[in-house]
Amino acid sequence: MPMRNTPWSRRAICGAAIALALTAQTVDAKKKDKEAKPSEAPYASTYKPYPGRPTALVGATVYDGRGGRIEGGTVLFENGKVVAVGGADLAIPAGYDRVDGTGKFVTPGVIDIHSHLGVYPSPGVDALSDGNEMTSPTTPDVWAEHSVWPQDPGFSRALINGGVTTLQILPGSGNLIGGRSVTLKNVPSRTVQGMKYPGAPYSLKMACGENPKRVYGSKGQKPMTRMGNFSVDRQAWIDARQYMDGDHAERDLGKDTLEGVLKGEILVQNHCYRADEMVQVLDMAKEMGYKVTAFHHAVEAYKIGDLLKANDVCAAIWADWYGFKMEAYDGIPENAALLSKQGACVVIHSDDENGIQRLNQAAARAQAAGKRIGVDISDAQVVGWFTYNAAKAMGIGDKTGSLEAGKMADVVLWNGNPLSVYSRPEKVWSDGALLYDADDPKRKPVSDFELGQPGEGDVK
Amino acid sequence: MKRLILAMLLGAAPVSVSAQDFAITNATVGTGDGSAPIEHATVVVRAGKIVSVGRDTTATSGTQVVDGTGKWVTPGLFSAVTDLGLWDVEAVDDSNDTSAEKSPFNAALDVATALNPASEHIAVSREGGVTRASVTPFNGGSIFAGQGAVIDLGKDAAILMKPRAFQYVELGESGAKLAGGSRVAAHTALRNALREAREVAALPAGAQRQGDVLLTRADAAALAKVIDGTQTLYVGVERASDIRGVLALKTEFPKLDLVLVGATEGWLVAPEIAAARVPVITMPMRDLPSAFEALAATMSNVGRMKKEGVKVAIGLFEGGNQPRNAPQQAGNLVALTKIPGASGLTWGEALAAITSIPAEISGFGGKAGVLAPGAVGDVVLWDGDPLELSSAPVSVWIDGVKQPTGSHQARLRERYKDLDETYLPKAYDW
Repeated sequence: MPMRNTPWSRRAICGAAIALALTAQTVDAKKKDKEAKPSEAPYASTYKPYPGRPTALVGATVYDGRGGRIEGGTVLFENGKVVAVGGADLAIPAGYDRVDGTGKFVTPGVIDIHSHLGVYPSPGVDALSDGNEMTSPTTPDVWAEHSVWPQDPGFSRALINGGVTTLQILPGSGNLIGGRSVTLKNVPSRTVQGMKYPGAPYSLKMACGENPKRVYGSKGQKPMTRMGNFSVDRQAWIDARQYMDGDHAERDLGKDTLEGVLKGEILVQNHCYRADEMVQVLDMAKEMGYKVTAFHHAVEAYKIGDLLKANDVCAAIWADWYGFKMEAYDGIPENAALLSKQGACVVIHSDDENGIQRLNQAAARAQAAGKRIGVDISDAQVVGWFTYNAAKAMGIGDKTGSLEAGKMADVVLWNGNPLSVYSRPEKVWSDGALLYDADDPKRKPVSDFELGQPGEGDVK
Repeated sequence: MKRLILAMLLGAAPVSVSAQDFAITNATVGTGDGSAPIEHATVVVRAGKIVSVGRDTTATSGTQVVDGTGKWVTPGLFSAVTDLGLWDVEAVDDSNDTSAEKSPFNAALDVATALNPASEHIAVSREGGVTRASVTPFNGGSIFAGQGAVIDLGKDAAILMKPRAFQYVELGESGAKLAGGSRVAAHTALRNALREAREVAALPAGAQRQGDVLLTRADAAALAKVIDGTQTLYVGVERASDIRGVLALKTEFPKLDLVLVGATEGWLVAPEIAAARVPVITMPMRDLPSAFEALAATMSNVGRMKKEGVKVAIGLFEGGNQPRNAPQQAGNLVALTKIPGASGLTWGEALAAITSIPAEISGFGGKAGVLAPGAVGDVVLWDGDPLELSSAPVSVWIDGVKQPTGSHQARLRERYKDLDETYLPKAYDW
């Protein structure tokens, strides 16, 4: 009976051979590398939901994140999962805590698809600036999770002021191919693994336009132009496919990631501003055989809403940023509303440690801009811009982003309409665990960095 | 014939841009002076000035009446410390006049020479209800950024209200870097500059300076106005101890007319700031320890300083922090009043923080940023509560002149309201 070649047995062999491998890697060792690759995901999530009480939120206006709205609604959750969502007539099982939400609002936990918390943390000192590996125009080999500093105080602000329960941390946009993202539960942890969202797919951060050509062009290096951008990208995909079709005799970290994209296992989050350039990228994706999940920033997305819809690509955007660079010159506050009118997928993102605290407000501004040109989008649909649509574009729409039976109990109770400037989260649950309570000064996280410093534990 | 029509049009032009007498009736009015909004009130504007405001006032016959039913009225917003009119695209250097890293001058730099009334940024801000602003240069290679101006945002060429309204100096961490590497160096540079300014001011006309000077003559001469208090000195500073250091300058240079800009940790030293009667212009939403000089950052900063008697304006609108978003920031301070342990502002105080208070700090107290008899006729009619996210201006008057709408952004949204190219490309849709 042949011995079964388990990951464990292979690892034992590699361990014994490690000294040799470090000095002169043999052909055999390379082959073992190939075999070692499909083992369980490295740097695996160790996140475990914290305990919570069976809870019934009653009497609030409930936005379910998928366009539904219930007045005087009831939301039941237990054991970290949503049990039921319904009207005032929904029976509350015995043993549930009742939380009176009269005059208040309930939404799914807020989700930011584009954050640099942890990789560009506060304080913004060079020693903690770990978001952009700008040493080569393509760095698909780097993983954002290896840069995340879990003690970034920004995570707590996003929770208590923004109701953010899930966020995707992306590498910066200095490179054409910036590296892998990581999706985190916004739950404080001593480790990054303790925040990693269990089962979330990876995304690859890509960037087109001004940033990569500026960063490398200014060094007298390729790419110096937009055509250079595309040339470098296309060659990277061609090389990746060759690697994918090959024997993997020599493992290549970067090409592993690109292969994951070509196989559809890793999503693509593509920083891109201009309409014409986004459409070029869509053709590159067609040519090379991968899919773009979302264009980020996309200030000109409103010019091609029809094409984005046809290609099933989301636009992850700010409400009204414009003018800060040439490719942002045509940004308009009606972007989200026009996209929505054209039937395209809208996600409101932050890309900013302050903006992440007010994604709900950004969405409300974008909604209002639409209303003024006669594009009416319901409040319930707008809530989806910073909940379900974000989850969907991060590949976790089946787990979170909406209040539906069986999904994670990531829930925000707002003290008023979340689309009003006068409202704030009052309570935030993550997987059914109460992680923020405005009425309990101790029920909020304070990072190691802030202990013993001016303002420790202050309202923020 | 064509010429005749043209001449008639030209002749008519001044009339169309002159101030109208008008009254807005039955609106909810926030006067900007810190008081609560008044329902069913009337605002009367004549000859470009506010004449009367309140429930008891009525429009005289012959005055154009604007029905304000269901709408709100405020003074035009006053944006303190902005980069309005200084750039077209921030990252396109050729279009950006905010700073001059390679200039041999610093304190002498005067933004008034660069202001562009046709700036898209001004147009967009005006549509957002901003009618007045102070504009500051930004630091290039020195702790002194130069001299800022106060402008109106009226759609005409004459936007300059007050050139050289203030000098801007950066201390704290950024100032330390500019001065060569430490706070010590920044304070030494500041004191040396003021000493050289004093010497230049004392020289007889045409006399030469001594040899051991660091500043150009133009820079030293510019700072002479700071020493004698005829020009306000804006000081960029964040940390509590740095704020104390700035307040202490008054004992050495008693005539300094100081304004603190930033003051993220102001709440820790609020009684001292209040006692020194130094006003503050701040970004209210800063709540992260973004630098070691901002460890105590909290959104309650404004509310706490206000409670201690500090005069605080919302400002520092530059780059992505757009002036048109000032109402959102003010509204967030109202939201804080519902959060246990937080300090915020009442609705009236929040409106004042983006209207009358920045106007006062900028030297236009009672004249701008307020609906009061004698003040400029800057009036904004809103389609709802002006601090609410869903609201926007319906009409904007500056000096009693109704402002035309239209901007690059407005034209883009009109063009792309649909994507129909059945008969011609989008480029023909204008």
